[in-house]
Amino acid sequence: MVEVKQLHKSFGDLHVLRGIDLEVKKGEVVVIIGPSGSGKSTFLRCINHLEQPSSGEIHIDGGNLDDGSVDINLIRRTAGMVFQQFNLFPHLTALQNVCLAPTKVLNMPVAEAEELGRELLKKVGLADKEAAYPQQLSGGQQQRVAIARALAMKPKLMLFDEPTSALDPEMIGEVLMVMKELALDGMTMLVVSHEMGFAREVADRIVFMDEGLIIEEGEPSEFFSNPKHERTKAFMSKIL
Amino acid sequence: MDGRPLGEGAALFKFDLGVVARYLPFLVRGVGITIEFTLISFLLAIVLGLVIALGRISKNRFVRIPCQIYIDFIRGTPLLAQVYLVHFGLPQIFGYKPVGFIDALIALTLNSSAYMAEIYRAGIESIEAGQMEAARSLGMTYGQAMRYVILPQTIRRVIPPMGNEFITLLKESSLVSVIGMEDLMMRAKMMAGRSFRPFEAYFTSALIYLAMTFTFSRVLGRVEGRLKVSGRG
Ligand SMILES: Nc1ncnc2c1ncn2[C@@H]1O[C@H](COP(=O)(O)OP(=O)(O)O)[C@@H](O)[C@H]1O
Ligand SMILES: [Mg+2]
Repeated sequence: MVEVKQLHKSFGDLHVLRGIDLEVKKGEVVVIIGPSGSGKSTFLRCINHLEQPSSGEIHIDGGNLDDGSVDINLIRRTAGMVFQQFNLFPHLTALQNVCLAPTKVLNMPVAEAEELGRELLKKVGLADKEAAYPQQLSGGQQQRVAIARALAMKPKLMLFDEPTSALDPEMIGEVLMVMKELALDGMTMLVVSHEMGFAREVADRIVFMDEGLIIEEGEPSEFFSNPKHERTKAFMSKIL
Repeated sequence: MDGRPLGEGAALFKFDLGVVARYLPFLVRGVGITIEFTLISFLLAIVLGLVIALGRISKNRFVRIPCQIYIDFIRGTPLLAQVYLVHFGLPQIFGYKPVGFIDALIALTLNSSAYMAEIYRAGIESIEAGQMEAARSLGMTYGQAMRYVILPQTIRRVIPPMGNEFITLLKESSLVSVIGMEDLMMRAKMMAGRSFRPFEAYFTSALIYLAMTFTFSRVLGRVEGRLKVSGRG
């Protein structure tokens, strides 16, 4: 589903990603952890081309993002993204947020898009909030709308960049719940998150990143009980 | 010394309301032209300013740099020089017969467009980067993201500065009188010449400008208040 080979990314002199290799299979849920500044966000942003990789290859669903043969906007549709700050469109209602891209990008008829939008809002538990504007919603509700919005483009892969770290603690659960259901539905997911309970329960694999490299990866049970690398151990002792 | 007591000139001055009353209809006919120039060039500048603003923030430097130069040139030179350039300068180069009305409109529009472009740009740049990213991550093109996500959010932010630009334009439009347009300012000049009462002429015309700008800023204040109340985006 996703294949990343020797991905490098620099911002000027700052070498942020220093050779990432990662393969994610269809339906797999991979949780990425690592200290702040290690390049986790940059990695996700490279995958759907919000950042241009400096070198390396990224294949999503068979296409290479960088050989020019694939339309970047098409690839972006394949991968849905959920941001730490939600980034809902404040001038649109919840339903309009969800329906905008299907109608404008896929030219879906409005009635059909609204039906899809309502279905997705129901799926994230917000059927009664379709007419609400983002600032009338709590953080947890906004993030769930953002998930529905990304799903409306029928992505094959979902990228989550710390989806719960801007939330008040009592709202984290509702968002993780939606993500868990999504995983159970068979969605391929790449999740940057330090919610260890979620990682333990939902992830097929944990990836530990530090200083622009993948240091260690493994199944959750193995990874948590028996981290091999010193840096992983040091990091785990800090967050657990 | 001719023996006139000091201050007699001042004491002799009487504001001649009769002259004002006689010439008021004459002046007011110029108001229509002033408003016409202001409105038409304002509306054109709303469109042209957006185009220039989008060029100014373009990643393509062959688009961006000309727009930047245009904005800098217009904002760094007097409107009066621009009016003369359009009315006398361009016909010399291209060899056509200047038409005052059109040249005045062109000069005002070109001038206001540069200021409008900066208003749009400030509005666009005040929208968080996350909005563009979210739109692009949904597969929208840059143009779609601008049209459906960024620009709708900038509208309420650009309305107040655009209102100020309208007021500025209304006042600056008086400069078209130098190429013979019979706007309010021109008619004030004519009134001064015919009546030999320049103070009455210019003071009255100034009051008429004031009435127009005052009315408009009251309207603008209302609109801004309403934008704040419904404060979405
Ligand atoms: N657009 C950018 N320009 C310059 N430096 C950046 C940019 N984005 C990220 N960085 C830098 O790259 C490094 C990794 O950032 P990031 O990927 O956000 O890390 P993480 O998500 O793991 O905290 C940081 O040092 C950050 O300052
Ligand atoms: Mg990050």
